Amino acid sequence: MDAELTRAISGLLTAHDPATTPVADFLGARFDAGLAWVHFPEGLGGRSAPRAVQQEVNDAFAAAGAPTLDSGRHGIGLGMAAPTLLAHGSDEVRRRFLRPLWTGEEVWCQLFSEPGAGSDLAALGTRAVREGEDWIVDGQKVWTSLAHEADWAILVTRTDPDVPKHRGMTYFVCDRHAPGVEVRPLRQATGEAEFNEVFLTGVRIPDAHRLGAVGDGWRVAQTTLMNERVAIGGHAEPREGGMIGVLARTWREHPELHTPAQQDALLRLWVDAEAARLTSERLRQQLAAGQPGPEGSAAKLAFARLNQQISGLELDLLGAEGLEYHDWSFRRPAHPSMLDGSPGYRYLRAKGNSIEGGTSEILRNIIAERVLGLPQEIRVDKDVAWKDLPR
Amino acid sequence: MSGDTDLGYSEVEEELRANVRALLADRAPAQATLARTETEQTTDLALWRALAGELGVTGLPVPEELGGAGASWREVAVVLEELGRAVAPVPYFGSCVLATAALLTIGERKILPQLASGEAIGTLAVPFAKPPAGAFPTDVRVSGGLLSGTVRHVADALAADVLLVPAVAEDGTPELYAVTGAYVEPMVSLDMTRQLAVVTLEEVEGVLLASGSNAAAAVGAALEWGAALLASEQLGVAEWALTTTVAYAKERHQFGRPIGSFQAVKHRLADLWVLVTQLRAVARAGAGAVTRGVDVPLCSALAQAFASGAAVTAAEEAVQLHGGIGFTWEHPAHLYLKRAKSASLALGTADRHRARIAELVDLEV
Ligand SMILES: Cc1cc2nc3c(=O)[nH]c(=O)nc-3n(C[C@H](O)[C@H](O)[C@H](O)COP(=O)(O)OP(=O)(O)OC[C@H]3O[C@@H](n4cnc5c(N)ncnc54)[C@H](O)[C@@H]3O)c2cc1C
Repeated sequence: MDAELTRAISGLLTAHDPATTPVADFLGARFDAGLAWVHFPEGLGGRSAPRAVQQEVNDAFAAAGAPTLDSGRHGIGLGMAAPTLLAHGSDEVRRRFLRPLWTGEEVWCQLFSEPGAGSDLAALGTRAVREGEDWIVDGQKVWTSLAHEADWAILVTRTDPDVPKHRGMTYFVCDRHAPGVEVRPLRQATGEAEFNEVFLTGVRIPDAHRLGAVGDGWRVAQTTLMNERVAIGGHAEPREGGMIGVLARTWREHPELHTPAQQDALLRLWVDAEAARLTSERLRQQLAAGQPGPEGSAAKLAFARLNQQISGLELDLLGAEGLEYHDWSFRRPAHPSMLDGSPGYRYLRAKGNSIEGGTSEILRNIIAERVLGLPQEIRVDKDVAWKDLPR
Repeated sequence: MSGDTDLGYSEVEEELRANVRALLADRAPAQATLARTETEQTTDLALWRALAGELGVTGLPVPEELGGAGASWREVAVVLEELGRAVAPVPYFGSCVLATAALLTIGERKILPQLASGEAIGTLAVPFAKPPAGAFPTDVRVSGGLLSGTVRHVADALAADVLLVPAVAEDGTPELYAVTGAYVEPMVSLDMTRQLAVVTLEEVEGVLLASGSNAAAAVGAALEWGAALLASEQLGVAEWALTTTVAYAKERHQFGRPIGSFQAVKHRLADLWVLVTQLRAVARAGAGAVTRGVDVPLCSALAQAFASGAAVTAAEEAVQLHGGIGFTWEHPAHLYLKRAKSASLALGTADRHRARIAELVDLEV
């Protein structure tokens, strides 16, 4: 980190005491000082600095007790929407959206999956039809996390049904409060409704809110998905961060529950979690130098399996207490967190980890084909117009 | 904390890798290595001389004033990766890791320059399966100033000019000797690319190198650093298994298509890639910890707790996904399986390293 950067950080901290400044104000000042995403251009929260110094900047703010946003609520905005807006948005779009996204004043959700298009996202059918300077959108999205809290959405639509599916899509920023957007809770195995069904009926989106060219939505979506997998699995955590830390604490607090077999199971997971953590750390060090590649899929794959195994062992370890659950009542969380609730909640919630953001099977396909260069599946859907696909 | 360790490779390290890899491709092709396992001389001394003389990689962590390269254990780890990838039959681990670590720890200055230049080969005369955190070895006793005892399963002793022998003095003090007059007998080993030996000492003279806590520290460091660095060799083995199997899956056709287009094969290879990616991070953390002298006990135990299983899985997958050819003597896959399995037993099995982790991070029963 060079002297100028260090000066900028201490200047900001002096002018805006993190202890007394409201969070959004502090983050706004950080954005305006070009200290949000340092590799972003000036005026957009950055200063065109190398990505490599971001971690140091984050560490410096953390050391000063500066606030950050809750990643459960803002993960989609920070981890997926922001890099996509930066890469594919017009100047106007970037200026309009990046700042309130960074400060947490606006919450984002992801309108990708549909009832007929999950793993096969490119099969999606939500139609967008051009009308003057606007697009009119009709269709249904599903599994939309936090749509009930969101102000804005990243949205992929079908604009040309007559060409093969990967080619006829277009990507937009959609106002979640616009007329015609209806959000209905979708209750999940945990009892709560983190996600939703979203019905889009005659929703009007200005063409200015399009990201990338018409028909180029798949490529834009790839930016989002690559970043999503890194965002889910590629955190730089301290040792015993995340789920393994919860299990280790449970072990330490309950000596009466210890058995040698469970100790060995715990240690195996501890070792695997530490290996996965170091892998994410190595990935982070590499990302500091460039863009996320398909390697992020490895981190996400490992993270899902570990969370499931760790949370399963936590119930085994607790025995009788593992038979309880904290609360089945229907609710719509505003700040979802994997680690809260009860051990039973963690066990159930972790089941979603191998489904959300690309299933583990799809991630294995991606690794096999894009990293290892293995031959593609025999495809029956590549050269068929979207409208003629069997469904 | 380990968070600060650089888990990548520097340009210099990549250059070193390229040089070692090119030399091994030229001088240690798989068929020659395979053939050598059935000869009297299972160590490739010509290859050793090339590594020492042409590449100068035998004294990387040794200071320049002692004839070394003044580099670090991170570079040693890169060499180990390449040697693992070729299952190269050279006594690098014994001489340049175990013996060098022990001698560096006690500040020895006479043998070290000879090992650094590669003109002499050394190893630590302990059973290869010995875990780092165990008690000081008691196989050899000192009586009347002479050493007697038998040490089985010693790695790289067959080619060694000098053995570093941990021995227990008459009053029970741990000591470390340099010995040249031992009787070294080859063992039929699971891994004949690193043939083990029985070292027998019958009232042999030795040069006392260290005594008491210094001797214990030297042996402890050799084993602990060795465990951390062995993961890099295991990474090389696993990488060979992965890349060779991926290449085969693209080439081998059954049912009118490459076997690598079957999802059952693909997904196993994807999982293997993830495992090898993790193994690389763990191995780099181990090498980085030894280099910086930070967090060594944990990173070393983690290295073996993780690498042992990972490398064995990689080699086993290579055999299975090659089908019948992978089970033949002619195909080198079995050399990697034997190396991986042997390495997983070396310096303590994974469960012992897990037990060590439990002590270190307070997860005991
Ligand atoms: C908790 C949670 C939150 C989510 N949040 C969001 C969100 O905010 N926004 C959003 O857009 N989506 C969200 N999703 C949706 C998620 O991305 C999809 O559920 C996921 O991509 C899988 O699609 P699907 O449910 O249609 O299952 P399907 O695609 O029908 O898959 C069913 C099974 O078939 C397997 N399968 C499918 N194709 C293949 C193949 N080619 N090879 C091998 N196996 C295959 C899958 O792996 C899976 O096991 C969320 C999901 C969950 C669980």
